Amino acid sequence: MRVVEHPILEELDTTRQVTIYCDGKAIPALEGEPIAAALMNAGIRSFRTTPKRKEKRGIFCAIGRCTDCMMIVDGVPNTRTCVTPVRDGMHVKTQEGLGSFEGKEEKA
Amino acid sequence: MDGVRYTGVPSAEELRNCPGIPSEGRKKKGRVACVECVQEIPCNPCEGICPFHAITVGEQITALPRLHEEVCTGCGLCVANCPGLAITIVDKSLSETEGSVDFPFEYLPLPQRGDVVEAVNREGQVVCRGTVLSVKKPASYSGTAVVSLRVPLEYVDEVRSMKRLPRTGLKQEG
Amino acid sequence: MKIKQTDIAVVGAGSAGLSAAYQAAAAGARVLVLDENRLPGGQLFKQIHKFFGSRAHQAGTRGYMIGRQLLERVERSGAEVWLDTLVYGMEKNCHLGVIHNGEHWVVQAKKVIVATGAKENYLAFPGSTLPGVMGAGAAQTMINVNRVLPGQRILMLGSGNVGLIVSYQLMQAGADVVALVDAAPNIGGYGVHAGKIRRAGVPFYISHTIKRVTGRDQVEQVEIVQVDGKFQPIPGTEKTFDVDTVCLAVGLNPMTELIWMAGCEFCFIPAFGGHVPLHDGNMETSVPGLYVAGDVTGVEEASSAMEEGNLAGVAAAESLGLLSPAEAGAKKAEIRGRLDILRSGLFGEKRRTAKQSQLESMADYRQKKGGAE
Repeated sequence: MRVVEHPILEELDTTRQVTIYCDGKAIPALEGEPIAAALMNAGIRSFRTTPKRKEKRGIFCAIGRCTDCMMIVDGVPNTRTCVTPVRDGMHVKTQEGLGSFEGKEEKA
Repeated sequence: MDGVRYTGVPSAEELRNCPGIPSEGRKKKGRVACVECVQEIPCNPCEGICPFHAITVGEQITALPRLHEEVCTGCGLCVANCPGLAITIVDKSLSETEGSVDFPFEYLPLPQRGDVVEAVNREGQVVCRGTVLSVKKPASYSGTAVVSLRVPLEYVDEVRSMKRLPRTGLKQEG
Repeated sequence: MKIKQTDIAVVGAGSAGLSAAYQAAAAGARVLVLDENRLPGGQLFKQIHKFFGSRAHQAGTRGYMIGRQLLERVERSGAEVWLDTLVYGMEKNCHLGVIHNGEHWVVQAKKVIVATGAKENYLAFPGSTLPGVMGAGAAQTMINVNRVLPGQRILMLGSGNVGLIVSYQLMQAGADVVALVDAAPNIGGYGVHAGKIRRAGVPFYISHTIKRVTGRDQVEQVEIVQVDGKFQPIPGTEKTFDVDTVCLAVGLNPMTELIWMAGCEFCFIPAFGGHVPLHDGNMETSVPGLYVAGDVTGVEEASSAMEEGNLAGVAAAESLGLLSPAEAGAKKAEIRGRLDILRSGLFGEKRRTAKQSQLESMADYRQKKGGAE
């Protein structure tokens, strides 16, 4: 849910839209925002699973410290989505466990 | 347990001892600030914003703000400038049965003049209905709106805000 | 590997770092500010409430407006700012290992001011790792910077000023806060902040904590329980809320990795969030030429961080001979006066005592070291 109007802050400029793909699904995003924000806005809350117990993890700190929001971004695993900005056409994937570089993973 | 430290609401005793509260007689004469600041925190914008020097804090800025009710004109500048949103303008002079309360309001949407809204007390409980007399949000208030509400006289000392209206201005994606 | 030389390097472009950079650059120093983020300002631009303090602290002005003014002053001062820049290491001689625009740099500065801030604490309970449990600061970042609601129905754990302020701001953004919970027997933050969210109808549960959070793939329910005087759960007092988000406002801890690496002496002060570097009245640590400012020296709040930054910036410029002792002395006296005010009153007293003991530990350390030589 996007906070367009706000009692204190200026109205949000939603004109500069880009599209990213999360596990193949098109997600609208605002130019320059972190990947995690676009995913949260789209209602996606699980970003990766843990290596041993396969538990889901989502955003915890949102400032690049805790590593809970790491995903495979354009083939690069362990990318902190809360501090990595979106780019039009970007592909992000839920990271299973420790993750691997995408080319290798897709062969497996 | 009672008191602002336990409930977030000043107790009757804390309000009685608070130097920012106007007298009953003053409230009956017309608009006056009611400064419900009961904890010693370092803060003094209320003192600086008042053009009539009706609120003083002093050199020691953790001191509780003191209201000088005889010089307060009820202009309301302090209401929008208190970072704690702890000041209201109360008035028990509207009529035999009605008074008004002006309070800061920082939510969306804002009510419109003439709307009848649910007035709430310090605990957020709806105590009565009130009619919106005015809504002010000039740039100098820096985002804070001040809503003036006409309420039954017996609720002037109770009403401190209004129930939030259903939120607008959000956008669901997709 | 490239080499960059400068007079003063500032690590962190938040409240403290920007203030330090401005003061040092205004005194004529060549200043380089390094920050990992793409945008400067640290946590300051998330603070949309009006600040407390005196008029000298711009009390009554909203945090993000203060941030904008500070940033403009830094830009005008001639300080160079490298964003998207990771400082990964620091040597005892204050040389910094830096990755900037994908390239390795060694920044050789005569003085370094570290203002790396703090990060949020975590609390473990059953279900605490479910998606939807997040730091209160994370929720604040989402609503005020990214303008995305993290959830619709939120429970906040922690009644310090962070928990109170973020609860209020979540409602301003359009969410509902269903309850505010704190294990302590009283509200931790300012009564006026608590009053705002009480008027909005949020119930407070003090002497309560979270027993568990449940949900299939994300937060669906939270169960709270009352605790006794020893913080032990009281069976039979459980209450359950349907929520989609649980926010944790259970304190912060200083981000001290770099200054540990540089060999700073530390002391442990719980009131400041854990291990904090020893420093003197000029904000200089036990490593000569290494200064600290802001939450990394002990978790306080933004106004104190800015004043500590001012102090470090003036002191570092003075040590380079850019300010005369008289000029610097006058500036420092003014800043220290403002810091004293911020550390006074019902809530400031604890921080004043903590800072006092930190300064005394530094004096003891220097005395011992002097004696040994």
